[in-house]
Amino acid sequence: MLTQFTHDIARMSRRRWLVATAGLVLGLAFSPAKAQETIKVGVLHSLSGTMAISETTLKDTILFLIDEQNKKGGVLGKKLEAVVVDPASNWPLFAEKARELITKDKVAVVFGCWTSVSRKSVLPVFKELNSILFYPVQYEGEESERNVFYTGAAPNQQAIPAVDYLMKEEKVKRWVLAGTDYVYPRTTNKILEAYLKSKGVAQEDIMINYTPFGHSDWQTIVADIKKFGSAGKKTAVVSTINGDANVPFYKELGNQGIKAKDIPVVAFSVGEEELAGIDTKPLIGHLAAWNYFQSIKTPENEKFIKAWQAYTKNPKRVTNDPMEAHVIGFDMWVKAVEKVKSTDADKVIDALPGIEAKNLTGGVSKMLPNHHITKPVFIGEIKGNGQFDVVWKTPGLVPGDAWSKELEGSKDLIGDWVDKKCGNYNVKLNKCGGQGS
Amino acid sequence: MSADIFDRLRAAVLSFLLIFVFTAPACAGPFEDAVAKFANDDFAETAEAIAAVAASGNPLAPRIIGALGDERLFADPESKKVFIKQADGKIIDATTGAAVDKLPDGASEVRVNNRLRRHVDAALGSLTLMSPDPARRLAAAQAVFKSHDENALSAVDEALAKETNKSVKTAFAEARAAILLFKQDASEADKLDAVAVIKSKGDQEALALLTSLGTDQPPLVAKAVAGAISSIQSNLAMWSMVQNAWYGLSLGSVLLLAAIGLAITFGVMGVINMAHGEMVMIGAYTTFVVQEVIRTRYPALFDYSLLIAVPLAFMVAGAIGVAIERGIIRFLYGRPLETLLATWGLSLVIQQAVRTAFGPTNREVGNPSWMSGAFDVGQITITYNRLWILVFTLAVFAILLAMLRYTALGLEMRAVTQNRRMAASMGIATSRVDALTFGLGSGIAGIAGVALSQIDNVSPNLGQSYIIDSFMVVVFGGVGNLWGTLVGAFTLGIANKFLEPVAGAVLGKIAILVLIILFIQKRPRGLFALRGRAVEA
Repeated sequence: MLTQFTHDIARMSRRRWLVATAGLVLGLAFSPAKAQETIKVGVLHSLSGTMAISETTLKDTILFLIDEQNKKGGVLGKKLEAVVVDPASNWPLFAEKARELITKDKVAVVFGCWTSVSRKSVLPVFKELNSILFYPVQYEGEESERNVFYTGAAPNQQAIPAVDYLMKEEKVKRWVLAGTDYVYPRTTNKILEAYLKSKGVAQEDIMINYTPFGHSDWQTIVADIKKFGSAGKKTAVVSTINGDANVPFYKELGNQGIKAKDIPVVAFSVGEEELAGIDTKPLIGHLAAWNYFQSIKTPENEKFIKAWQAYTKNPKRVTNDPMEAHVIGFDMWVKAVEKVKSTDADKVIDALPGIEAKNLTGGVSKMLPNHHITKPVFIGEIKGNGQFDVVWKTPGLVPGDAWSKELEGSKDLIGDWVDKKCGNYNVKLNKCGGQGS
Repeated sequence: MSADIFDRLRAAVLSFLLIFVFTAPACAGPFEDAVAKFANDDFAETAEAIAAVAASGNPLAPRIIGALGDERLFADPESKKVFIKQADGKIIDATTGAAVDKLPDGASEVRVNNRLRRHVDAALGSLTLMSPDPARRLAAAQAVFKSHDENALSAVDEALAKETNKSVKTAFAEARAAILLFKQDASEADKLDAVAVIKSKGDQEALALLTSLGTDQPPLVAKAVAGAISSIQSNLAMWSMVQNAWYGLSLGSVLLLAAIGLAITFGVMGVINMAHGEMVMIGAYTTFVVQEVIRTRYPALFDYSLLIAVPLAFMVAGAIGVAIERGIIRFLYGRPLETLLATWGLSLVIQQAVRTAFGPTNREVGNPSWMSGAFDVGQITITYNRLWILVFTLAVFAILLAMLRYTALGLEMRAVTQNRRMAASMGIATSRVDALTFGLGSGIAGIAGVALSQIDNVSPNLGQSYIIDSFMVVVFGGVGNLWGTLVGAFTLGIANKFLEPVAGAVLGKIAILVLIILFIQKRPRGLFALRGRAVEA
């Protein structure tokens, strides 16, 4: 028998032997790669187009955080690997790229999106493929999805405190709500209009105005703002203008001589990054409302800024609020993964509520059952050097409300993924599935 | 013995007095107390300090308050000492005016917010009413008008009596009127006079002041105020129409600049060039490169950067245009669909090339000093950048018109536009004319890019925002005729700007598009169509 066997083997052609051996060697050569497996982290931010001015730095932030984490040994003993795609400010492309990240690149988590329309585009993909998205930007609320964690501000953590500040401190009586034409400004202005009316502001003292993305001819609108502001009552502009349309807007404000002490503009989407490319001397005194400013002096913030500027090899590189949101979100994700010892989406999603992470302004953020976090609120005035000077802040951290209390359709709704396992639970009717407005 | 005692007593009293004299400066007076409050870094205390310093009458007060408004006031929280950093960089002590070598290590800027800036303006206004510089007196009068502070009335009266400069005198009279209107115990006759003065001021600030008056005025005054308000409002409404017309002209000039190159290439060659927007973008990037070179090597030339960039942009974009024509378009004559596709693909390639070379984010192109700010004509504001762009557009248009009319190339271009085959039989090298025309059209687009870099963001997508508008202008105005493009561009601009206040920016653009589509149904060849047998063929 044995001789027959060896006889058969000897009869196999040399070519077959060579092929077999080659296959074995190749297989052995590639198998060590299995032991060097990495955990892939998806980065879904626009690197070109109208939103590139804001989103490019967030891609760099995630690369920086991954680098820092890998220096500490990675997560669960494996190194982290970034998978960067460019959805190019093209909203349907966001959904395509998200699908590619999850199905082709098999990422464990995605950090991405800025505009609410990009987030709305990718929601069905994340729900269908059951992955995790960390969304770092302030937004309009009215949402609480199981697969999304909102580390940016909800309206009650940015828009409402800003309006309160203007009403109390600057005694503003007339309001211009100017925004880019898409879901975030439209919904935020609805909330603000309802809030202002509940505080007794008359309809004719509110002017609402929308412009397309990338709008560059601001002459008429700025002149209208000037006119609206000369009716004898103190006027302010609440700006939800997004992307690079802000640059010609602020330039036109400066050219037409609208000074912050006469008609202040408070912006929700303009931070240190957007101001980096313009001359801010005509803008001194205009405001922004965020949960973080680079100029806030705490040991954590100074350490972060120093490490960031060393990593980007640019001592003038700025930091901003969505970057801090990514820092908190990344920290929370790492902690959740290490808690359940797995990157499986369901386990991590269930582990995240309750996780705490330090923020950069001296506090500790907590992930809430509605997938929002607690954040402090700061109002800052623009200085001549493009930085912000904090003129007001909340005494403590404010928990984010997913559903606005100002709107009829959403004031009874809460998000609760821990007990009720529902993003839009109606507390009055005691059932899941409220509509929102 | 008694003389001794008297001497001693005298000596004692004298030395006591001397000690008192020498130590007196060390006792803090009200001015020094007020200045020390700046060091507490508290907005409420800074507000009190501004008021106290302004009221103190100390000669250093205007300099302290002015420095506070300019972010040049520094304070050391430990020693409570306050310093002014002058415009030339030298540091002086705020209480004594003595020069100091440098700021102490713990000193930091005294912070202000918007409310404090208004206090600073109001205080400076009353303090600088008698300044030797007429521009500062004018600014002071305007500040008092805004704050209508009663305490400034006597100072304003005094300044008014002494004033010789006409415009400053008017400003003082207006400031006095503003104070009187808000003063509770002013006489009715005074108030009526004041209303008349403010009515003749007649601008938006006057309107704001009158509408913010309370309802507790005597009936005659209230009637006069109501009459003044309505007359100012109707005056301003008329001026706002002029303002909208101006905005329409400036938008039209931008459209004209972007479209005129397209009109030429479309008219002469019948080629639909979808890469036209990218030529504009290349012109804008040329401006960026020129400014970068000037910023690093020759910073003094910054104000001339645009003048240097214009011929460079023309040559760069023109050269690329000639290359495109020779390389791609030449092979696709008579096939409009293929030309459309090829130039569309080319536009994507050029965009990506620029993205790879310069990065995908916006590039900063600065405005030279003569392009910033604005001036007032009547009741409308004209910004310098838009004014210069309008002038520039008309100059480019005039040069182009002259070129077409008086040069050999222009003659050949017109001939080829009207009847290509006839022109060829007359000995005109039509393919050479084509290449040069394409180069000219692209070069003009490059020049447009230089102008547009001043008002729009410079990014690889710049061309995309102007290609649609350019086609709209060319289709509406008629092909092959420069005057058609001019009229078309300005009509569209003015129509857009009159629609915008009514319908908003988004709906305004949609309405314009619908109107053009309807217009094309009636006149398919546009406003100023070329007529002739060859064209109809």
